[in-house]
Amino acid sequence: MNSKLWIRVSLVMVLALALLATGCGGKKEGEKKAAGTDDKTIKLGVLAPLTGDVKTFGESSLNGAKFAVEQAGGKVGEYKIEIVTADDRNDATEAVNVATKLISQDKVAAIVGSVTSKTTIPVTKLANDSKVVIISGTGTSPKVTVDEGKRKEFAFRACFIDPFQGKVAAKFALDNLKKKTAAVLYDQSNDYTIGLAQNFKDSFTAGGGQVTDFLAYGKDDTDFNAVLTNIAKKNPDILYLPDYYQKVSLIGKQARSKGINAVFLGGDGWDSSELDYKTMEGGYFTNHYAADDKSPVVQKFIEQYKTKYGKTPDAFAVLSYDATNLLLNAIKTANSKDPVAIQKAMQETKGFETITGGKMTFDKDGNPVKPAVIMQIKDGKQVYVATVAP
Amino acid sequence: MEHVVDQIINGLQLGFMYALIALGYTMVYGVVKLINFAHGDVFMVGAFVGYFGFSQWGLSFPVAVLTAMVVCAILGVVIERIAYRPLRYAPKIAALISALGVSLFLEYFSSLKFVFGPNYRVVQRPFEEVQWHLGSLIVTNIQVMVFVTVLIMLLILQFLIYRTKVGMAMRTVSVDHNAARLMGVNVDNTISMTFAIGSAFAAAGGVLYAIAYPQIHPFMGIMPGLKAFTAAVLGGIGIIPGAVLGAIIMGQVETMTSAFLSSQARDAIAFAILILVLLIRPTGILGRTEPDKV
Repeated sequence: MNSKLWIRVSLVMVLALALLATGCGGKKEGEKKAAGTDDKTIKLGVLAPLTGDVKTFGESSLNGAKFAVEQAGGKVGEYKIEIVTADDRNDATEAVNVATKLISQDKVAAIVGSVTSKTTIPVTKLANDSKVVIISGTGTSPKVTVDEGKRKEFAFRACFIDPFQGKVAAKFALDNLKKKTAAVLYDQSNDYTIGLAQNFKDSFTAGGGQVTDFLAYGKDDTDFNAVLTNIAKKNPDILYLPDYYQKVSLIGKQARSKGINAVFLGGDGWDSSELDYKTMEGGYFTNHYAADDKSPVVQKFIEQYKTKYGKTPDAFAVLSYDATNLLLNAIKTANSKDPVAIQKAMQETKGFETITGGKMTFDKDGNPVKPAVIMQIKDGKQVYVATVAP
Repeated sequence: MEHVVDQIINGLQLGFMYALIALGYTMVYGVVKLINFAHGDVFMVGAFVGYFGFSQWGLSFPVAVLTAMVVCAILGVVIERIAYRPLRYAPKIAALISALGVSLFLEYFSSLKFVFGPNYRVVQRPFEEVQWHLGSLIVTNIQVMVFVTVLIMLLILQFLIYRTKVGMAMRTVSVDHNAARLMGVNVDNTISMTFAIGSAFAAAGGVLYAIAYPQIHPFMGIMPGLKAFTAAVLGGIGIIPGAVLGAIIMGQVETMTSAFLSSQARDAIAFAILILVLLIRPTGILGRTEPDKV
């Protein structure tokens, strides 16, 4: 009995020591960082889903941000820029946790991120409450910058918003593709898909189209046979799938299995090299930029990016690049580390030259006014079809 | 009303998918009286091994499935040895918590970059999907594969358990393992065998699931595992045909809810069933209440 007691006691002590060690170790690191930061360095937090179900979005966004800082020579005015990255795994809870760490432990002056609306919405609330400027390159839900009618002053974005995106898709389906009926399938737990679906439905119906089915699925669903069988019954011209690329690929396959011949239509969540191009062949989606856009500004950027990262940038890389530059410009104008000064400079940005939107100005909600492009999946790649101005 | 038949077939596909996992749950519970929460994650490992088999190691599909089954059988035995056997005489709750721990460990360990990585992988099917049109109904070769696999598994299990010595050993251990030991049954090996078979079946289920819904990731086993567990309880946990019956019912209820009620309420209703079953008939549809031993 005595030896058993000893074993238990020593086990508990070992565990306690281990916990202490990790806790202390972490603290020491934090202290070192704070001591090493001198007054002339500005820490820029980059928050993105580097792993998880939309990892290509995160990787591209991080590259875009790093590229912008690098092209600026790693400094703005008399300040050195230091990037601190954080992976939110495209999970809202994780995003808030790592953002809290960025703000309170790493003491970043501003944040670029996150990438999807579902993680960005809670993070912008946190950043706004903590008075830290945050700009998302690609979060398109209106809730990113406006919370129940109230503007989150410290939150901005570099892209268009979903009410516009949904409308563009609907108009394209009606006017260009000349389709009359559409079915909509969206994720009920995601503000991004809900927003797009609702906006598409409203615009499509207002334009004289008929929405045959407006159905939702759960975040973890993998079997869509039941809803797809129902949708197939009414044989719609269009199947609107405003979700991210991996979900869309899954649904698309099952839709074709159920004999649905509709044209697939979607949003900027499709923009990934890991989209199932074969299944989605012939489908269209709304996006922020087209790699085959002939404009010299766009082509020059693509060339430089390709040289550095070995692949053509997607919308996430370009928007992140634009967002970071907007932020760097605001810091230069403010010429200070003070978040309030940076916020003021951001809001007052006028006609700043960007890759995706020409001269950009933020409206009162921190959103820029920008055109959208329509892309088609053709022969295994994305092909530019048209630009739609707001 | 052919649409109802369409949905019934959808429900059968889903149900038989759950049956593949539920069989393993019910087997293990039947013999060891333990709810092996890690079962859904063994299913996940099977899916990954099968995927690597036919995508990266150049194995043919049947060989990939067999490889997955063998790997998971070994995994199941190892898990039993390390996490459950030491707790055999401890209170049941300890083994339950251990099972939860194994489940979480498998999920998060697999998410590490040097193992499977946390990302979603698209599965390129190693064969084309073939559709047969019977009137206005569409039946695919994948659906047929799932049906056939479950039937084969059922038959194998029924034969194994009622016509072989190994099966007799399993039945004896499930009734009273102390008495079984006194009668000369090697309890440890019997239990290991149970886990091996259950895990192998889970692996087969995993590979078929990866083919039917071609996307895999380390957390893919959670939902199907939970639903299969619900199905096993519904049919009578510990009873082999019960697992299949419960799974078929679950598949139908989920599909019919999604098709005719509300696609959003699907999961809520599926799990509400679990609660109802436990309240009204805890031993499940085919379950018998055991009279107390005097």
